[in-house]
Amino acid sequence: MNAFAKSWASAWLCLGVGIALLLGLPSVLDDFMLIQVTIYLVMSILAVSLGFIWGFGGILCFGQAAFFGLGSYVYAIAVVNLGDSTLPVLLSILIPGLFAALLGYVIFYGRLSDVYMGVITLTVTLILFNLVNSTAGPEWKIGKAPLGGFNGIPAIPSLNLPWDVDETITPRGMFNLSFGVLLAVYLGLRWLIASKVGRVIVAIKENEQRALLLGYDARAYKLFTFTLGGAIAGLAGCLFANWGSFTSPTIFGLAQSAQIIIWVIVGGLGTLLGPVVGCVAIQWLTTQIGTQQTFNSNLVLGAILVVFVLLVPRGVVPSLGDLIDRLRARRRPAAAPEPALTAEERVS
Amino acid sequence: MSVTPLLETRALNVRFGGVHATRDVNFTLAEAELRCVIGPNGAGKSTFFKLLTGQVKPTSGQILFRGQDISDMQPHQPGRLGIGIKTQVPSLFNGLTVWDNVWLSARRVNSHAQAERITRETLERVGMLTYKDAVTGVLAHGQRQWVELAVVIAADPPLILLDEPAAGMSDAEVARTAELILEINRRHALVVVEHDMSFIRMIARKVTVLHQGQVIKEDTPDRIMSDPLIQQIYLGKKAH
Repeated sequence: MNAFAKSWASAWLCLGVGIALLLGLPSVLDDFMLIQVTIYLVMSILAVSLGFIWGFGGILCFGQAAFFGLGSYVYAIAVVNLGDSTLPVLLSILIPGLFAALLGYVIFYGRLSDVYMGVITLTVTLILFNLVNSTAGPEWKIGKAPLGGFNGIPAIPSLNLPWDVDETITPRGMFNLSFGVLLAVYLGLRWLIASKVGRVIVAIKENEQRALLLGYDARAYKLFTFTLGGAIAGLAGCLFANWGSFTSPTIFGLAQSAQIIIWVIVGGLGTLLGPVVGCVAIQWLTTQIGTQQTFNSNLVLGAILVVFVLLVPRGVVPSLGDLIDRLRARRRPAAAPEPALTAEERVS
Repeated sequence: MSVTPLLETRALNVRFGGVHATRDVNFTLAEAELRCVIGPNGAGKSTFFKLLTGQVKPTSGQILFRGQDISDMQPHQPGRLGIGIKTQVPSLFNGLTVWDNVWLSARRVNSHAQAERITRETLERVGMLTYKDAVTGVLAHGQRQWVELAVVIAADPPLILLDEPAAGMSDAEVARTAELILEINRRHALVVVEHDMSFIRMIARKVTVLHQGQVIKEDTPDRIMSDPLIQQIYLGKKAH
């Protein structure tokens, strides 16, 4: 991470731009576009969850979609049964978080290598996909909620004000909420990364052996990181179920898992803003390609991934951060030579 | 009344497949003692340090730290108990600054304010304060050695293990390292693995010789260096 990205100035800048967009966009965009932007925001929360555990925790999870899908299904099943959305929202965070904790416990406390991490998380996602996909019959229901197999769960009741089922959320309210959650997740994670726990998480990514020799239990920190990432992805899943009042097994699919990784690579690993930028840009591009029917969107996505890996390996946001650092360094008056390269200079 | 040693190993053995890397090592270190460990390549010195820091589990035998059996501990637990190690090739958080490296060590056992103070003092002590904002990965080897030493002493562990602390240093740096080790020894016990005999003479009062995984002699540096058997196996000279 470069100096500007690391500084609180960048966090306040993001917050300022975020609040301006939150207040400004509803008055410029029509309802259709606002709903479109809302799904970008929801998916950005998912992208940030992977950006955090991969970019800062060094945990490459191929199955972030598992927690996202789980959050979505948990919310749908719970709200269909309970009516009031208050508890379902909490469950949609808690259950994916617990599931991530369980999975993470097996991986980290079993001291499985990074390769197994990828294999296990991808396999779990595909197992969930197949499991939910094969629940088409009427006998597959939890309480009043039919699981619906490949058709998914339609007509999911919308969010309501806590303990007040009559006050449901409007599309504009959904936009505000998704934007608010994204900003809160971003700032919360920025705070965490700056704290002692966050610095240890990053240190473990840098050199796990040294962290262990200093007395830090790397397993516990990794488990915490992975669990938090799972819980955030679950929250995104809950918002997704609310966005379209619908969820289906495709959100557990391989394509979904791969997309999240592409968002993070394009936006930039090792920043929290990068995954948001990558997610919004790629989703917007996919939508545009889809409306024009000229190119296959998967083909374009593949080409983008290849271009970024080869030409912009650090992603959009870190590369822009480098540029800002260079400009700031150029503006500064010539100072006495430093004894060694600083964090700021090294990236240029 | 017998005093509990700071560190004690009892009949310590490690086998890696057919290789017997550590053989019945009995080693005792008193509080605030400084001991040098020497031995030719493959003598088992690094394995011995890995055993003491929980990176390798003994096949048999015991490791006692202040009387507590630490033979079967998780890799992070010896560090928590107070065993610090400076490895042969500096093991640091290369993407983090010098300050963050030392701060992470100090902060595990101290409050935020104390960790800030200790980090500053420790970096000053090893002469690396001017490099506090430098990314550790781009420093020269000798500077990385100092940073790692600062990382280890910032946690204030009662026992410090130093694996070839003077390797790759100039004569002036070696002399400075020797001074620093003696200064550290006022408050901490040290086990130092080193090849440089002149360096050993500067710091050691007692030397342990390892050969083929076994302790073959413990004595003063002068007696060790004049011992014909040691000369033969360690220095490659024939005994007369």
